[in-house]
Amino acid sequence: MASEEPLFDPSLKKRKKKAVVFIEDPLGADADPTKPAPETIDNTTISGEPVDLGPTTAHELMAEAKAVKKDKEEEDFKAMFGDMKKKKKKKEIPMDFGDDSGTSTPAQVAGDAAPAESATITADDLDFSDMKKKKKSSKKKANFDLDAFEKEINDSKPAKASKSEGAEDDDDDGPEPDGSHLDNIDEEELGDDPFARPGDAPVGLDAGNEPWLKSDRDYTYQELLTRFYASLHAANPSLLSSSSKKRYTIAPPQLFREGNKKSIFANVTDICKKMHRQPEHVIQFLFAEMGTTGSVDGAGRLVIKGRFQQKQVENVLRRYMVEYVTCKTCKSPDTLLTKENRIFFMACESCGSRRSVNAIKSGFQAQVGKRSKNKTG
Amino acid sequence: MSVQNLNTYDPFADEGDPLGDSADVGSTADYIHIRIQQRNGRKTLTTLQGLPKQYDSKKLLKAFKKEFACNGTLVDDEKMGQVIQLQGDQRAKISAFLVENGLEKSTIKVHGF
Repeated sequence: MASEEPLFDPSLKKRKKKAVVFIEDPLGADADPTKPAPETIDNTTISGEPVDLGPTTAHELMAEAKAVKKDKEEEDFKAMFGDMKKKKKKKEIPMDFGDDSGTSTPAQVAGDAAPAESATITADDLDFSDMKKKKKSSKKKANFDLDAFEKEINDSKPAKASKSEGAEDDDDDGPEPDGSHLDNIDEEELGDDPFARPGDAPVGLDAGNEPWLKSDRDYTYQELLTRFYASLHAANPSLLSSSSKKRYTIAPPQLFREGNKKSIFANVTDICKKMHRQPEHVIQFLFAEMGTTGSVDGAGRLVIKGRFQQKQVENVLRRYMVEYVTCKTCKSPDTLLTKENRIFFMACESCGSRRSVNAIKSGFQAQVGKRSKNKTG
Repeated sequence: MSVQNLNTYDPFADEGDPLGDSADVGSTADYIHIRIQQRNGRKTLTTLQGLPKQYDSKKLLKAFKKEFACNGTLVDDEKMGQVIQLQGDQRAKISAFLVENGLEKSTIKVHGF
């Protein structure tokens, strides 16, 4: 783990705050940004879903549709923290942009071009006084004196705005969102159409279209499976939308360093409340997974021994959610964890399934540190 | 009497629970666990636990040490059996190594952050 290095980034705090803002309003703000989500999701597949849908068969369209569906399902998992990653990406954009002017932070909130415009303008003003040259636009201006500049600024505003917009797009997120957007559009078209088409011919399905009808071969399992899903989603489209619409978001864990060797996980209780889990259970899992110990302090924060970063804890939490929060059958996070006869059972609120979950077991703990400290009288 | 004999557990045992602590529930038996532990500073330890019996952990350790260029040792634990302990974060490498050498990926559980 090459991770212990950064101590206290001032930017970290900002990032956190921003992350929270976004999570409060996940749907509104990232109507567009939500689209690229699948990309980041792909990178972080911990829970390789055992949905062994296999390779594409004769039905290419159906298969693609399936893939999309799987993405969507996985999205639910990843989306819980997915926002944060997006956040970071977006965060960096304004940072790069206004490196030498601290005031450009308002631009961070700006997904749109309009606020970005104003931000860039202020940045340029600052730059001018500092005589720092930013980009093309400010270079041009450096020739005027202040009086002329004020007059000029009005004229140049639109031009600057457009220029900076263009520059922003080019420099920062131009290629990424654009490309992903296109991809997503394609995906959507591919994904939606196949489902829309069977919708026209509902349960009867495109009878006669199945490839096995024309030849005398038998149908394969894969083909039947795709056929089943096609008719299933045609019959009740709500299955599709429900999984993609509702997102399960949780505030990212807030990690602070206490001293040199301890980390403080500040919002454990909040997160536990959000997940409807006992903090003890979550904490037990955290400790078992991270191979460490700790305690809860007076303010309800968790003090973890060892240096941990937000990202790491987030990873562990994500694994916790896969194992103990999301329903394995319907992927819904509305589950209850109850203990009967020393076994934990997870009951799903939305689909009614019930299953036992593994007890948390911490494995072998190697001897770390001084042996004399470990002696228990 | 015959009905009782059909029971898979001893009703008079100390632990009355049918599934109590039996090996089926939450067992660590089938999985190979790869864990990480923080040491002082940015040092870490990787432990490999639950290796199937047919593998010689001594030879495996030797292979690990050579392959990953790290030191390691074999620890005998009362509960966990033999545990391979390696210096540094070798989790990804271990699992890649094991998969490469014919172990099922689904039996390997990588823990840690």
